[in-house]
Amino acid sequence: MLELERVTKIYRLGVLGRKALKAVDSVSFTVARGQVISLIGESGSGKTTIGRMILRLTPVTFGRILFQGADISKFHGLALKNYYRRVQGVFQDPFSSYNPIFKADRIFNIVQREFFPHLTKGEWRERVANALCSVGLEPGEVLGKYPHQLSGGQLQRLLIARAMLLEIQFLVADEILSMLDASTRIDVLNLLAELKRIRDLAVLFITHDLSLAYYISDEAIIIYRGYIVEQGAIEKVFVSPLHPYTRMLLAAVPRLDRKWGPAEVGLKAQEGKIVGGCPYHDRCLHAEKEETCKHLKPSLVFVDDRHSVACHPMGRLAKGVSHGTSEARGTSVA
Amino acid sequence: MKGEKGKKPKNEFLYFAWRNWKLRLGLAIVLFFVVLAIVGPRLTPHQPWAYVGPPARPPSKEFWFGTTMFGQDVFTQFVYGLYPVFLVGALGGGLATLIGTAIGFTAGYRGGWVDEILNTFTNVVLVIPTLALLLIIAAYLGVRSFFIQAVFIGCTAWPWTARAVRAQTLSLKAREFVDLARISAARPTKIILTEIAPNMLSYLVMVFILQFGGAILNAATLDFIGLGPTRGISLGLMMQMALLWGALPLGLWWWFVPPGLAIALLVGALYITNVGLDEIFNPKLREM
Amino acid sequence: MPLLEVQDLRVYYQTIRGDVKALDGASFSLAEGEIMGLAGESGCGKSTLGRSLVLLKPPMKYVEGRVTLEDFSLPIWDREKMNAFRFSKISLIPQYAMNALNPTRKVKKIFTDILATKGIKGSQVLPELRRRLEMVELPLDVLNMYPIELSGGMKQRVVMVLSTFLNPSLLIADEITSALDVSTQRAVVKMLVDFRDRRVVRAMIVITHDISLLYQIADSILVMYAGKLVEKGTTEEILRAPKHPYTRFLIASLPDIGVRYGERKLEGVPGCPPLLLQPPRGCRFRERCPHAFEKCLEEPPFVAIGPSGRQVACWQALEEHA
Repeated sequence: MLELERVTKIYRLGVLGRKALKAVDSVSFTVARGQVISLIGESGSGKTTIGRMILRLTPVTFGRILFQGADISKFHGLALKNYYRRVQGVFQDPFSSYNPIFKADRIFNIVQREFFPHLTKGEWRERVANALCSVGLEPGEVLGKYPHQLSGGQLQRLLIARAMLLEIQFLVADEILSMLDASTRIDVLNLLAELKRIRDLAVLFITHDLSLAYYISDEAIIIYRGYIVEQGAIEKVFVSPLHPYTRMLLAAVPRLDRKWGPAEVGLKAQEGKIVGGCPYHDRCLHAEKEETCKHLKPSLVFVDDRHSVACHPMGRLAKGVSHGTSEARGTSVA
Repeated sequence: MKGEKGKKPKNEFLYFAWRNWKLRLGLAIVLFFVVLAIVGPRLTPHQPWAYVGPPARPPSKEFWFGTTMFGQDVFTQFVYGLYPVFLVGALGGGLATLIGTAIGFTAGYRGGWVDEILNTFTNVVLVIPTLALLLIIAAYLGVRSFFIQAVFIGCTAWPWTARAVRAQTLSLKAREFVDLARISAARPTKIILTEIAPNMLSYLVMVFILQFGGAILNAATLDFIGLGPTRGISLGLMMQMALLWGALPLGLWWWFVPPGLAIALLVGALYITNVGLDEIFNPKLREM
Repeated sequence: MPLLEVQDLRVYYQTIRGDVKALDGASFSLAEGEIMGLAGESGCGKSTLGRSLVLLKPPMKYVEGRVTLEDFSLPIWDREKMNAFRFSKISLIPQYAMNALNPTRKVKKIFTDILATKGIKGSQVLPELRRRLEMVELPLDVLNMYPIELSGGMKQRVVMVLSTFLNPSLLIADEITSALDVSTQRAVVKMLVDFRDRRVVRAMIVITHDISLLYQIADSILVMYAGKLVEKGTTEEILRAPKHPYTRFLIASLPDIGVRYGERKLEGVPGCPPLLLQPPRGCRFRERCPHAFEKCLEEPPFVAIGPSGRQVACWQALEEHA
């Protein structure tokens, strides 16, 4: 349904844009109907930029994003409106997603103004009430209130209800849980899973929290400095992680069932420029780190039909794949 | 917009507004002069330029503020001269606010090359010496009115407003509710007017007050150096006449003190109002 | 003799509509060398508790309570008198500390300025400063850098060195890792433990909503709900055998790697916490509690059950214990 083709984003910095920063580096993946894909990475990995490019909030520098076969950058006017009818987003900060001087339900009024001007007030009110019920909110409790009178969890659910008012097929959920309390998180997460199950909604779940990603997604994409380092079915990536970066992330997650081992986490800050080799090269603690890593950027290779990794030594372990050449483009069946 | 604002914040606003002495003092002074400008001309039987009494008399029962070198009534001139002060202030300040916010919003929201062009333009206007420009214009226009003066002030005083509004727009534009409006397929003008501007309403009110005060001061300066309107009376023109006919060396203090004091009081009061409003709008500055 | 003893501390927030009872009677103690986790949802008063021990300023209002640290009674209601204790005896790393570093000053200048307020010359302590920076694995160069040149994790570590420099007896860390990436987070909390192990600080309160993080580092956990303390015990006790229904909900709602929606659906805590402007009578969790009964209309005391120092404020848990 949604397809990213070698999408690259370069930010120009400094006077006259002399410095270039590659925030997203030829990222390709596809999302099918009813599929939840987690885009996992640390701050500065480019994960939010990918979400913003899909929502057309940030232009793509190179590459294409296709929605049902059509290039989204070509959408204007009515076509763009129709795109937003089917593709929506929810953002990280629930409090900043609302205009603080207006009541929270104003987000619904805007949707009506732009998409359903022909509906009567009564009809619209009924739709809003239905949408609120579907996200587990009592209309009387949340309508007519100001954002600061509602909790973060309620606000995020209102935003999901807003997206539900449209004929939405794809949702970009950008760190929507990071500002919520642990006990509220699970409610919102369950809600997304329900919507996926009932309405066949596809979700791009952008997060840095691996346990949340594991709970909800079918597939995981691990991204480091704008580059996909590992991708595959969630069990594969989490149970048998291949890339040293994925392993490091998993080792750093605080877990309730086991304490952190003595294993040293690669803490070196991700500074310095990538000259051309593996982007993770300077932080990599892999025993088999080799000279090639310094000079040649690894590309994604399949290690089995639902798991691919961009790492020279790990990629070579893959059975029946000639090393470093064949390229993987999304593992899902679109 | 107002209707949607609802009850609670409004009450809170009024509550803090009433408790703020700076706002009360500032508004009281401004209001006093407004009332004087309206009812003043009815309190005096004279016309501002008419020769109605003995020359150079100090204040008395008959002539409250005394008379000029030529026997004109200073009080009459004063109350008639207040009206153009407010006219130029409102018109000039309003125009400057309007141009400044329009350019600031556009530059800040659109960004990119639009921003670069508007920003350069703003900086150019900012460095043009206003006085020199006016000298040239005065040479072309034989007859100058208060209206032209106000337009001129409005067209030269907007750059700092544009820069401030641009900066604020840039920061508001990065907020997620603007992104949300964008993915609701709302048009840029709509987003600026219904999402960004309401958040800056308090700031825009303050900008207008500052521009109002600034325009009054600018007009007085222009009048004083003889580049004011060629007809009518204003506080600035009164001071110019007083200076021209040697009120200072002759000790006719009643001629120049009332207009000078009124302008100082008025502009001061506007600035105090502004500080008061700032304290009310900005919860961090509220005195508990 | 505990290192820190807090008795019946009440701190309210003044608003136009009345006092918000953000911290409504807290009594607990902290032993020498103890790292206590303070957990709860946002708005439960955990940050208020942390802040009121260090810098109690309006709109916060001291109502009553006593705080004793190493036999000193802390005058927490008096900002001026607390100056003598702040930094040197008790130190707080606030939530957004890393963004509060003055961006126009080099890190070195920030250090010397703060030390100057305590009457210490920066040049005297340079060797010690080097040692401390090494401890948190920061290069010496950071001293000559501006805060904007540092990453989030580096800034957080600078703040940690700064706030522990005078070896305070008690360190309070308020949500210091919530803005950090998992790898940086792990490093930063490991360093907190290091501070305790190397006796830089004598005890620590770590405020967070992330209980799995506390499991990794804390000796004990204190759970708060709606301005009240609800349960305290060792980390193992709280996580493996929670007594208070709220604690049970809190732990049950945490996803963990290995748990998937399709296989096991986790449940959140139903309902919302009460407003603290006029908190309800009796147990504050009553409305959301599946086990509530008549007795819950009375306020449950926060009392010890068993010899281990475990405390809980729940009528049902108390009855079960008796």
